[in-house]
Amino acid sequence: MSFAYDKLMGGKNGLTGFIILAILILIVFPLLLDSFRLNLVGKYLTYAFAAVSLVLLWGYGGTLSLGQGIFFGLGGYAMAMFLKLEASSPENTAIQSTPGIPDFMDWNQLTELPWFWEPFSSFTFTLVAILVIPALFAYIIGSAMFKRRVGGVYFAIITQVIAVILTVLIVGQQGFTGGINGITDLRTLNGWDITSDSAKNIFYYVNCFLLLGVIIASRYILTSKFGRLLLAMRDKEDRVRFSGYDVANFKIFIFCFAATISAIGGAMFTLQVGFMSPSFVGIVPSIEMVIFAAVGGRMSLIGAVYGTLLINFGKTAFSESFPELWLFLMGGLFIAVVMFFPNGLAGLWQDYGHYITDRFKSVKNLFVKPASATKATTVENS
Amino acid sequence: MLTNNTDYTLAIEDLTVSFDGFKAVDNLNFYLDKNELHVVIGPNGAGKTTVLDLICGKTKSTSGSIKFLNKELTKLSEHAIVREGVGRKFQTPSIYENLTVLENLEVSYPRGRGVFGSLLFKRDQAVMEKIYDIAQQIMLDEEMHTEAGVLSHGQKQWLEIGMLLIQDPQLLMLDEPVAGMSVKEREQTAELLNKICQGRSVLVIEHDMEFVERIAHKVTVLHQGKILAAGDMETVQKDPKVVEVYLGH
Ligand SMILES: Nc1ncnc2c1ncn2[C@@H]1O[C@H](COP(=O)(O)OP(=O)(O)O)[C@@H](O)[C@H]1O
Ligand SMILES: [Mg+2]
Repeated sequence: MSFAYDKLMGGKNGLTGFIILAILILIVFPLLLDSFRLNLVGKYLTYAFAAVSLVLLWGYGGTLSLGQGIFFGLGGYAMAMFLKLEASSPENTAIQSTPGIPDFMDWNQLTELPWFWEPFSSFTFTLVAILVIPALFAYIIGSAMFKRRVGGVYFAIITQVIAVILTVLIVGQQGFTGGINGITDLRTLNGWDITSDSAKNIFYYVNCFLLLGVIIASRYILTSKFGRLLLAMRDKEDRVRFSGYDVANFKIFIFCFAATISAIGGAMFTLQVGFMSPSFVGIVPSIEMVIFAAVGGRMSLIGAVYGTLLINFGKTAFSESFPELWLFLMGGLFIAVVMFFPNGLAGLWQDYGHYITDRFKSVKNLFVKPASATKATTVENS
Repeated sequence: MLTNNTDYTLAIEDLTVSFDGFKAVDNLNFYLDKNELHVVIGPNGAGKTTVLDLICGKTKSTSGSIKFLNKELTKLSEHAIVREGVGRKFQTPSIYENLTVLENLEVSYPRGRGVFGSLLFKRDQAVMEKIYDIAQQIMLDEEMHTEAGVLSHGQKQWLEIGMLLIQDPQLLMLDEPVAGMSVKEREQTAELLNKICQGRSVLVIEHDMEFVERIAHKVTVLHQGKILAAGDMETVQKDPKVVEVYLGH
C-alpha cells in the first residue's frame, strides 16, 4: 500500500494533484461539455501524451527532442493503417479497379497491397506495433546518437531533421501512405462504428485512463533510482559515468519510453479524430509539443497536461478570431515562459499556489474548526 | 601487450599521451602497492590530472600500458574501469547539487547499475546501513537530507570522496581533495585519508606541502609529463631538481 502511495502517486501532494486531474478530465469535462467539445478535448489530451514524454526526456533527462511528432505519427499511422484496411474490404471497394485495397492505393495505380501493410490487418499486431515500432525506431536513433555522446543542440536538430525526412517520405510516397491528405475515411473498429457519438465518448474515457496510466508509470520511473540518475546525469554526466554507469543506455531507454508514450497518444488521436496525416508528424507539431510541456512545466507530469489543454484552448479560441496572430502569440508565450517561468504553470502553482489553498483552507476552517487554523502549503510535486 | 604480471595494484608502463604533438604525459612508468597512499605533486600543467584521466579512461592513451590488478585498462570503457574497482574524484567537486546527501550516496551505491536494475532498485536495510556508515566517515551524517548544493566547499569534497568510498574501490584517485578547505577541514581530511587507505591503494594529487607531508607514504614529482623525482617526502624535498622546479629559475 505505502509502496503504491509513494512510488506511483508521489506521496500526499502528488496524489492530490493526480486526483484533481482525474476528476477534471473524467467527471467535470464530460458533465460540462457537449459531445463535440468533449471530442475536441479528447484530441487535445492525445497531445498531452507527447508533452508528458517530453517531461521525462527533456525536463528530467535533459535531452530535448524536437521530433516527438515522429513517434506520435508512427502510433497514429499504425492505427490508421489497421482501420483503413478494415474500411477497404472488397465489398466496400467494389467500384475500384482493384477492390480490397485502400482507395488512395487504387488512385495511385497500385494493384496489390504493399507487403508492409499486410500485418496491419491484425488488430493484435497493430496494438503491438503501436508500442514496439516507435520504441525500436527510437532505439536505433538513440543508439546512434547517445553511444557517440551526441546530445544537446545537435540531438535536437537531428530529431528535427528526421521529422522532416519522415514527413517528406510520407508526402512523397502517396501510393503507400495516402500522401499529404493522410489516411482518411476510417469507419469501423472490428465492425464497431467509430464515428458514432457513443464510440467517441468511449474513446474519450479510454484515452483518459491511458493518460492517467502513463502518468503513473512515468511517476514510477521518476521516483526510482533511475529517476534520480536522470537528474544526476543532467547535472554532472561525467560523475555518473565515472560512478560505473553506462550513461548512453539510460538515455536510450528514456528516449524509447518517451517514443512509446507519444505513439499511444498518436493512436488515440487517430481513433478519436478519424484520420491521420503528415501534418501531425513534422516540425510544427513537434515544436508545439515542446511548448505544451514548457508552458505546463517541464518538470511536472501533470503540469504538462494542463499546459497542453491551456495552449490548445487558447489556440482554438484565438485562431477562430485572429488566425494570423496566434502563431506570434504562441511564440511570444514560449519565450516568456522560458525566460521568466522556467518551471511553467507547475512552477507558478508551486510558488503562488499556497495563497489560493490557504484562503480555501481558512474559509473551510471558519466552518469546521475555527480554533485551529493550520497553515498549509499544498505543493504539486511532479 | 606482454603478459608480465606483477604484485602491484597499479602498474603503468611507458605511458604516453600526445595532444596534437604536445606530450602531456611522456613515457611514464609508475607503480602503486596495496595499502599505499601515494601523492603526486608538480607545478601547474605538469600533467597530473591527465595521468588520472588516462587511468580512468577519460582520455585515451597514445601508447603504453596501464594494468590494474594485472588487467589492462587502456582498452576498457569508463564505466567498465569503474566496475573493475577504480574510483576517481575530480579536481572541482563533482556532486549532484539538486539531490540530497543521502540521494548522492544512494545513486553511487554499486547496485542497480543497469537500466532495469535501477528501475527495480530498492532502498533496503543493507543500502541504508552502508549509506549511514559512509556518511559518518565523511562527517556528513547530520546532513543526510540537506541538498548537496548548499553544502560548504569542503563538505562537497568529502561528499564526493564518500560517493567513491561507497563503491569500495581497490584504487582511489583524488585530484586536489583539500583545495578550498579551511585548516580544520584539512586536518579532518588528512585523518580521513589515513583511515581509508587501509586495504586499498590511494593516489592523491595535491599542492599543499604541509598536507602532503601529513598523509604521503610515497611522493612522486611530475614535471612536463615526466617523473622528476620519487621516494619519501624528505628525499624528494631535498632533491636539487625538485628545488629548482619549485623555487624558480
Ligand atoms: N584534452 C586535452 N587537450 C589538449 N591539451 C590538454 C588536454 N588535457 C590536458 N592538456 C594539457 O596538458 C597539460 C597538462 O595538464 P594537466 O594534466 O591538467 O596538468 P596539472 O598537472 O595541472 O593537473 C596542460 O598543458 C594542458 O593544457
Ligand atoms: Mg590538475
